[in-house]
Formats: sequence, structure tokens, C-alpha cells
Amino acid sequence: MKLFCRPSSEPLWHEEFSVFAADERYVSRRQFSKFLVLTSLAMFVGNLWILVRSWFSRHPVYPVARIEGAAETPVGGVKLFAYPDSGEQCILVRTGENDYVAYSQKCTHLSCAVFYSREKNRLECPCHNGAFSIRNGSVLQGPPRRPLPRITLEQRGGELVATGIQIRTEA
Amino acid sequence: MFGYEFYLDPSRCIGCQSCVRACEECETHRGHSMINFDFIDREETIATAAYVCWHCDDPTCAEVCPADAIKKGEDGIVHSSLKPRCIACQNCVLACPFGIPKIVPEYDQMLKCDMCYDRTAVGKRPMCATVCPSQALAYVRPEDIAHRREKPTNIFYFGNQRVTTKVFMMAPENQESISIDVADYTWEGEREAFLPA
Repeated sequence: MKLFCRPSSEPLWHEEFSVFAADERYVSRRQFSKFLVLTSLAMFVGNLWILVRSWFSRHPVYPVARIEGAAETPVGGVKLFAYPDSGEQCILVRTGENDYVAYSQKCTHLSCAVFYSREKNRLECPCHNGAFSIRNGSVLQGPPRRPLPRITLEQRGGELVATGIQIRTEA
Repeated sequence: MFGYEFYLDPSRCIGCQSCVRACEECETHRGHSMINFDFIDREETIATAAYVCWHCDDPTCAEVCPADAIKKGEDGIVHSSLKPRCIACQNCVLACPFGIPKIVPEYDQMLKCDMCYDRTAVGKRPMCATVCPSQALAYVRPEDIAHRREKPTNIFYFGNQRVTTKVFMMAPENQESISIDVADYTWEGEREAFLPA
């Protein structure tokens, strides 16, 4: 029980209700209103910053990247690639002889990797049973609210290239 | 005021009550004087004494306050009770060995001498010390008080309680502390009068 003994001989109330105004640990009204004003000011500035940043990055520029081995993928086959940088995994599905679709592999719910289900012809997320249409990436079932970001593809000189990302915010 | 101290010398008090009136003038407690003015023994003598708060280093009034309303500032001044906290329980009035705190019934609050901290903080002397004609209440430098025959002390004994204070009391030259025991001041026959025969 020695552990719980107070080191000083002063009684606890003496310390908690000190007679010295400087030791007072209560938050005064002025301190509280100062806190409120400064916090809301910081929130306002932060929101302003987000607004300005989104204003300037409304039309981001994506690189044009060749997708290696797209032609070797069989019809109904899947090819994973990284776009626009190595950290962003995307999934390419060859739906026809000359038809390709590509989506970001990150589920819009909690960022699990989606996979292509050939028998149901849709993209599925294993984590919470979300499903996305292969046609345009819109949500078919499950918890995701937003469609998968679509990678725009182009045929250039016999090679498949990714040219950008289409982000749709509404289902 | 840095380097200035408050000195009380009741032997110099002439009973003019200028301090009482001057204290009343203060706009923070207009009409309520915080001076404790006593007639020592009206039957025997015309002697009077005017006191301000001694501002104890370990203030008993603040120690006993159940509402945590009495606070001591960094300048060593024990302030009047904080209005939002004071419950007018009179614990401080009963506990203070000097009898300084006063309950003001119309405010339901304890008010006491705060050594005019608003004045002393900006280099002025407390109201009472500015008007006292005999300097029984003096707010001066220690070297200015040194020429007096009485010597200042700020150590008091109330029975077993030792109290050190911010305000000095002028005491006879060879006396280091002032010792007061309430029993010494009771009427001699008092004890016997209340005992059963």
C-alpha cells in the first residue's frame, strides 16, 4: 500500500484547493472564451485552406502511361498495373477482343483491393461484399457509396495507354 | 511598490478615524470601510487602534474557507472573497486570529482589507497610509521606519499557532515576536462565574 501513499506530508485538499491564486488550475471564463475563439479561428483558416487547395487542383494533370502486356491478356482476363504512380494499384479487365476497362483497385468503402468475378461479370470487394459494375464502375451492392474511379484508356499505335482518372463522386 | 512595507503602530493612533473614512472612499468597496478600528477600553482610556489586514504568509481565513473563495496573490496580498464562490458562511470571520474579515450582509460576501492592491501595484500608497496624520499606519521603506524607537516584527503567536505576516507590527525594542493568548485577556472572574457552584 506504500505505492499509493502521497510523497508529501501535505494533505491532498491543501494542494487541490491552494490558497495561492497562481496555483489555481481551474479554467477561467476568459481562458475558455480565448480557447473557443482561437479554435474556431483555426478551423476557419483550415477550411479556407482546403477550399483554396481544391480550387487550384480541380483539374489535375495525369501522365500518359503504357500498360505493359495488355495485348497478351486473354478475353475475360485481368491485368494489374500501377497508375498514376507505383503506389496506386489498378485493375484492367479485357471484356472483348478490343474492349478494355480499367478501374482503381481500391474499394471506395475502406480501400480493400477489389477483384474481377468472371461468373458474375463484376468487380467485387472481399471485405464487406461490395460489388461494382464492370460497365462504368457504379455500385451494385454493399456498403460503398461512390463508384470506383475509372482509368481512361486509349489505343495508341497498337498499344494500350492510360491517360487519366475519372472520379465520380455520386453513385 | 517595490521595497515598501506596511507598518502598524497602534501606540501612535490618535483616534481621528481618517483611515476609516479614506478606506470608505475606495470605488471598489464604496461605503464599506475595511479598517478595523478599536477603542481599547473606553472606560479606562481614550486609546484607540486602527488595523489593516496582516496578510499572513499562510492565511488562516483562506485555509478554512470551504468554498475556496479566498485567494492569495503573487504579491503576497490576501484578497477579499471571490464573489461567485463566497457563500458567506463566516468561517473566515471566526477563524482569523486578528479578526479582520467582515461579512457584508447586503452582498452576502466577505470583504476584507486588500492593502489597496490596485494602488500599490501602480506605485501609490494605500488609502489609509496616505491620510494617517500620526503614521500609525505607515507604508514606507524599512530604512525609513528604522529610526523609530519601536522595532517592527511580523511573527505572532496565538497560543500554539505561529503566524508570520506581510504587514509588520511595531513592538517594543527587545521583543522578537508578539504573543497573544486569548486566555490572558479574559476577565478574571469570568471562569468562576460560569462554573457550577
